[in-house]
Amino acid sequence: MSSPADKKLNSASLTTCLSVGLFLSIRQVRSTSIWTTSLIVFIMVLTFLNLVVASGILVGSIEGAILAVQKHYLGDIFISTLTQKAYIERTNDIISAAKNLPGVESVSARYIAPGTLQADYKKSKKPSDLSDQVSASFAGIDPTNENAVSDLSSLVVEGSYLQEGDYDQVLLGGMLLKRYNSFESSSFPVLPDVQIGDRVLVTINGNSREVIVKGIVFSKVDEIDRRVFFVDSQLRKFINRFDYNADEIAIRLTSGTDPISIKNALLADGFGSFARIQTQQDAEPKFIKDLRDTFAILGNVISSIGLVVTAITIFIVIFINAITRRKYIGILKSIGMHSRAIEFSYIFQSIFYALVGSTIGLAITYGFLVPFFTQNPIDFPFGDGILVAPIEGTLLRVLVLMIATIVAGYVPARIIIKRNTLDAILGR
Amino acid sequence: MIEIKHLIKTYKNDSVETKVLRDISLSIATGQMIAIIGPSGAGKSTLLYQMSLLDHPTSGTVFINDLDINSISSQQRTAYRLSSLGYVFQDYSLLPELTAQENVALPLFMQGLSKPDALDRARIALERIGLGERLSNHPSQLSGGEQQRVGIARAIVNEPHIIFADEPTANLDSASSREVIAVLLDINKRGQTVVMVTHEMEYAQLCHRIVELRDGSIVSDTKTQRV
Repeated sequence: MSSPADKKLNSASLTTCLSVGLFLSIRQVRSTSIWTTSLIVFIMVLTFLNLVVASGILVGSIEGAILAVQKHYLGDIFISTLTQKAYIERTNDIISAAKNLPGVESVSARYIAPGTLQADYKKSKKPSDLSDQVSASFAGIDPTNENAVSDLSSLVVEGSYLQEGDYDQVLLGGMLLKRYNSFESSSFPVLPDVQIGDRVLVTINGNSREVIVKGIVFSKVDEIDRRVFFVDSQLRKFINRFDYNADEIAIRLTSGTDPISIKNALLADGFGSFARIQTQQDAEPKFIKDLRDTFAILGNVISSIGLVVTAITIFIVIFINAITRRKYIGILKSIGMHSRAIEFSYIFQSIFYALVGSTIGLAITYGFLVPFFTQNPIDFPFGDGILVAPIEGTLLRVLVLMIATIVAGYVPARIIIKRNTLDAILGR
Repeated sequence: MIEIKHLIKTYKNDSVETKVLRDISLSIATGQMIAIIGPSGAGKSTLLYQMSLLDHPTSGTVFINDLDINSISSQQRTAYRLSSLGYVFQDYSLLPELTAQENVALPLFMQGLSKPDALDRARIALERIGLGERLSNHPSQLSGGEQQRVGIARAIVNEPHIIFADEPTANLDSASSREVIAVLLDINKRGQTVVMVTHEMEYAQLCHRIVELRDGSIVSDTKTQRV
């Protein structure tokens, strides 16, 4: 049992120190000038935005391109030909099976054939001159089904979208035209001057046909922008494919449907022997995944620098605060306030600033920036940049910010509190 | 009881060594009110700091109720100051962001009292020294005398054995000074030991003993008529 003398030497409990620290911090924050508080909170908001938005934009610059590929090309499930096959066998069975699966919203089959596109074939030229000709991929689509899956009509930037009965009309991908593709080279030539309504010559497997340009699509998705779109019946007739076996099938799922379950259902039906069935993520090229990871690392590096800057800022703010209040810290110690309680008061102040800054930052991010960038993506040459800020990642950053702030608040307070009580009171 | 034996305090500044207290031995009985007087630089405040656990002597011992205060850790000194000692500072030293009542309640919060209980006891302490109407005023809204009385209320609220007062009237007008001294006398009459550093003989005469320091040494130790 402890004697009364021992009791007088017993330190305060952690709970008491926490409670007193909280009380002192609330009073200090309340008494701090509104301008000072606003400035500190402003710094915290900027830090939060730097943490979340800088990396979010970096990741979003590539994520926007990935989403565009998913939305306008791959769909949620992408079915393509097996390497040893010329096309997707039992295409109609696969489409029927897919349409019967719950969660499948729409299905579009595409018939693909490589060929060339010539624009100025009617002009007379010298024998040594090359004609305006590009290699292209020709895709036959059902305009309605394709639009349901890939929203292709929304990508029409000139002219109009295909209709079911369009006999000799095509949509040209923008990358085939000079005015949409500034990266012209001898390896990737472009057509210099093709307008809506112009006639162009399509050659596939040595067969040529003159068609009219009905529209131009431009999406920053290479697979679309380098294609020429026909109505599927016309292309099949042109390339003599009458078996209805397609080269690509894209499937759009209803929101919330797990793509893996749909893929597994199709594989369970045995269609894996006739086609390669992939989710959008499986079909994503590896370099895109690598690029995304690289950008995420870059974003984290930038965020980390921001975090260090914030920690230093908070350190300076708390240090100056503690230095200017050194006398009061001395008084608190002299009247018996435990140093831990005083440290907690500074830690709670730091937490307050970080919490308010993060809350405002969260509101700005999710209330304004994410919707804004979704509506107004940044125009990168390779895709539309959006702001990627997944909530779990953001909360992790809030936690990291909080920890950095606590450390940055604790260290200067500790330095000042460790000083001699009398020196603090007397300002020595 | 405070027992000081052969106390020496030396300050070192670069290579210059200044002996502020020279072999001080002093005994203060429980319940006494003692005034420490002397000219500026005599070592009055320094002696008070050594007795009140705010500083460490260079050599010598200080016992408070048989406890060798040099033998205890820094945290134990803090805890002992909280439980057993009260301080009244020359410049009041109230926290500006707290009300008078909260300033007084602060040591009680630290002792683990609930907020309502601590504030209630702080109210009683302030009412006892005539500041019952000023509970929710911040220090900046109080006069110097009122602030010093709040400082005294903070010093006595946890009923310490000893009150140390470092020139408590130095910044006050004579009316306020008399009020503050009256409060300290009242505290002493209730049995608490009071050690007060002062320049003013008028107030020193009201104590039981007057210890006069000069150049770091005790030059006189006299009992007053109050005894």
